[in-house]
Amino acid sequence: MFPFCFEWVWDMAHAIFFGGFWYAISILGAGMTYCILKAAYDTMNDSGESHH
Amino acid sequence: MDAALIPEGAKRCSFPKFTIGIAIVGAILLWGVFAMGLIWWKGLNQTNMNDYYGFAIWIWADLAVIAVGGGAFFTGLLRYIFKIDELKNIINFAVIIGFICYSSALLILAIDIGQPLRGWFIFWHANVHSMLTEVAFCLSAYFAVLTIEFIPNILENRQAQKVPFFHHLAHNMHGVMAVFAATGAFLSFFHQGSLGGVAGVMYGRPFAVREGLLIWPWTFFLFTWSAAAFGPCFTLLVTRITEAVTRKKLVKDNVVHLLAKISGWMIVTYIVAKIIDTIYWAMVTAPSLGFTLSHFYTNNSFYGYWILITEIVLCGVIPGAILIMKSTRENSKLRLIAIILGVIGVCLNRWVMVLQIMAVPVMSFDTWALYFPSWQEIATTILPIAYGIILIALAYRYLPVFPQEQELNPVEPATEVE
Repeated sequence: MFPFCFEWVWDMAHAIFFGGFWYAISILGAGMTYCILKAAYDTMNDSGESHH
Repeated sequence: MDAALIPEGAKRCSFPKFTIGIAIVGAILLWGVFAMGLIWWKGLNQTNMNDYYGFAIWIWADLAVIAVGGGAFFTGLLRYIFKIDELKNIINFAVIIGFICYSSALLILAIDIGQPLRGWFIFWHANVHSMLTEVAFCLSAYFAVLTIEFIPNILENRQAQKVPFFHHLAHNMHGVMAVFAATGAFLSFFHQGSLGGVAGVMYGRPFAVREGLLIWPWTFFLFTWSAAAFGPCFTLLVTRITEAVTRKKLVKDNVVHLLAKISGWMIVTYIVAKIIDTIYWAMVTAPSLGFTLSHFYTNNSFYGYWILITEIVLCGVIPGAILIMKSTRENSKLRLIAIILGVIGVCLNRWVMVLQIMAVPVMSFDTWALYFPSWQEIATTILPIAYGIILIALAYRYLPVFPQEQELNPVEPATEVE
């Protein structure tokens, strides 16, 4: 549910539940976006140094 | 036939032998899928759930797999946040086990809700006063974390590594894994806890209800603690089973001893807290609601004091004691007994906190309500086990799951890869 949905209420319960949920999802999304973009960049500028 | 996909320097059984094994387990899986189809097609009348048992064997299985899957978040926390480097040798497998456990939990929930097409309602029409909403949010998000943690291992497959983008992606994901592990620990703390919290706030169920801290009953903390304590036991148990099936040593003893030691101390601290909680509940909470301890353990054909003693002493105190003492921990037979008892103990705890709660009579005119699941419920509960075996078999065969495998099992060049 998003704040612009008709069911949304600006109260503490919605803020905590959805705040925590979107916070976690945002971290995961941002982390994966960073990894994918950096992988694309590294692939285009492949120096052959990356290893693990 | 599939030699090109098998990790370099690793020896695996022949493809036909592997296929036969998968087919046997696959038959069990199909039995579960058939039962699942029946339930989705015909509805929850295929189960033995009733007005007493709105929560039944599925919810027990759900809570049990989530508890034993706790090894993934706790091992990840130790490896990436507390920087315990030895655990890098078992973290891949812990993640795979966690992935299987959490995907199974979500599958069971998808069967249990009866109307899977409305599964998204919990996100869109969320009841923000329910601990189960928090569980659904955290469970889904944590499954995403486990998927992210599993991806680099998949990308390390011999053929996938030849694709430069996949190679770089796996490398980059390893680089930021601590962020994902920390998010996973945050999510796990809340969903493990809230599963216990659900029982602890049932004011109409004196067997379950507990006092607590602010809005959280003590069961909230006990559930999180027990998952962190017994989850690694399950990781060690599945590792041991995999070693027995493959007839190979896959993880060095020092890694196993370390994880067993951490698990042992977590079990001991948990079981002390659990004993205090039980005594307080028996002496203060239940009497204040008009019940005596004997009310919960007598006058029925199944739930006796044996279940309380088995859970706390046999499957709590004893495995904890074995795992914290060096001499017993490093004895492979005793350690195996301890981790088996530990896994049984946490599953028994979830059984008690789901099913015994429902069985205990609450009203003065009420009687004990015992329940036995239908074959469809049993089949769909066995389904995740078959799925787990297949996924572990595939991962072990095609992915570099155990970094120490080649060192522990050197392959002669002439016999390399069948």
